[in-house]
Amino acid sequence: MNAVHVLVSDSGALDVDAIRRDFPVLERKVRGLPLSYLDNAASSQRPRAVIDAMSHYYENSHANVHRGVHTLSQEATDLFEGAREKVRRFVNARSTREVIFVRGTTEAINLVAQSYGRPTFGPGDEILVSWLEHHANIVPWQMLCQQTGATLKVAPITQSGEVDFDAFAALLSPRTRLVALAHVSNALGTVIPVHRFIAAARARGVPVLLDGAQAVPHMKVDVQELDCDFYAFSGHKMCGPTGIGVLYGRESLLNAMPPWQGGGDMILAVSFEKTVYNGLPYKFEAGTPDIAGAIGLGAAIDYLESLGMERIAAAEHALLVYANERLATVPGLRFVGTAPEKAAVVSFTIDKVHPHDLGTILDHEGVAIRTGHHCAMPVMEFYGLPATARASFAFYNTRAEIDRLVEALHTAREMLG
Amino acid sequence: MDLKDLYRDVIVDHNRHPRNFREIPDADRRADGFNPLCGDKLTVFVKLDGDRISDVSFNGSGCAISVASASLLTESVMGKTIAEAEGLFSQMHQLLTRDDVDIDVSSLGKLGALSGVREFPARVKCASLCWHTLDAALHQQDQVSTE
Ligand SMILES: Cc1ncc(COP(=O)(O)O)c(C=O)c1O
Repeated sequence: MNAVHVLVSDSGALDVDAIRRDFPVLERKVRGLPLSYLDNAASSQRPRAVIDAMSHYYENSHANVHRGVHTLSQEATDLFEGAREKVRRFVNARSTREVIFVRGTTEAINLVAQSYGRPTFGPGDEILVSWLEHHANIVPWQMLCQQTGATLKVAPITQSGEVDFDAFAALLSPRTRLVALAHVSNALGTVIPVHRFIAAARARGVPVLLDGAQAVPHMKVDVQELDCDFYAFSGHKMCGPTGIGVLYGRESLLNAMPPWQGGGDMILAVSFEKTVYNGLPYKFEAGTPDIAGAIGLGAAIDYLESLGMERIAAAEHALLVYANERLATVPGLRFVGTAPEKAAVVSFTIDKVHPHDLGTILDHEGVAIRTGHHCAMPVMEFYGLPATARASFAFYNTRAEIDRLVEALHTAREMLG
Repeated sequence: MDLKDLYRDVIVDHNRHPRNFREIPDADRRADGFNPLCGDKLTVFVKLDGDRISDVSFNGSGCAISVASASLLTESVMGKTIAEAEGLFSQMHQLLTRDDVDIDVSSLGKLGALSGVREFPARVKCASLCWHTLDAALHQQDQVSTE
């Protein structure tokens, strides 16, 4: 990306004011007040560079990919495949054959369940997940279990919201066929020390899928260094568009897997006698893909890289520390999930004020947070809570926004507490 | 639209001190209501004397709107016939969802305090959960979900 403006100050830290000007939506008002967008774990906002890349594509180069010999089709194909190469570099996959475009994390996990699991898993086989998982890393496995007779095993968590490693290791058995783990928990923010878990699984020859939806936007992810077999993430949580996401898969595993959807693009030759499937990654990309989405995702990666993932992680960690300090001063506030290693996500409850009411009252103050079960009902059940309030920060958030959150919480307590 | 329109004094009061917040162990009818979006869970208990509601109560957990609405519901249908309760249900339904019909709020008594909810579309289900649950109990269904 051409460095049109400077987003890193002399001290090496991010220049938040400059960064905020890149995000058009951050200028808007909600109910006459400036927006404090603290719901980034649900979906982040997009910088102008992403919006522009997509409009530019639609205004200049749109055609279907991998088909025509005409100029536009060639341009669209180059942009689309260029985006795939950006993704490959971003997560350090060995080859673009290992980078499959999907709709998002959910679809990536379903692809693995249906294409990796379904043909070969059977009764008595086990899939091991944790209690922390998002429903997207639970339900596809439950469906697979119903289809194949395999069994879902669940590694417990501790009061602080960490996956209990010893219990996990004890659940690894000769029948474990796959480990599917969150890299970062969306409900609590816990960063799971996945290296340990992966090493334990690999020592027994068990492949590992990581749900990286909450990790990729906030830290440097290197799939070779992690040594995982599958890695899933979503564009919309990392400043990219909705409707696009990525499944990274180890080439040897992907090669052995059958396609999961059939149609155009995933074939080399079709006749009624015999159809020859295309090679990787196209074998898993039936039909016209989300071309603009992939291009937007590529632009999001350029943007994040122009800031630097280490600097992003440092800025967000500073916000987390500040938020923890400030929130601790709110009477009746209880933190839910207190692992030592956390992404910039704070889940909490407030005595006598239901999270749903908090959500409405905060919205009136222009502060957007998520309230509910965060698509992680087992986590809520573990804590015996129907719901929590969750503030989740991105590098474009400020301390002033956290102050507004805290003030709004005081207002809520006065109204309902 | 002001927050005070949503969280009127009556609602705040019924949330802090819900009325008829108890189980009726020998209830003739009961149903569970669940709002998966926010995790609200209510059980409504009804005791019948012929077609008259001789006792009604609820328990469970939920946001201020759902708790206050359930509390107000129990007060307003206590002693009513099933037909009268269902009439109130349909009036409440209109009050919460239709801004094109004029409802005589005064005829609803304290229930009128919920009229601010329709300005907050995300919260309508909170207020209507208990009514759907009562309706299910009266029709002898065990469970409703407002999703
Ligand atoms: C940890 C985690 N996994 C999976 C998902 C599902 O992602 P998507 O809805 O983009 O498929 C999410 C998003 O909410 C998430 O936070």
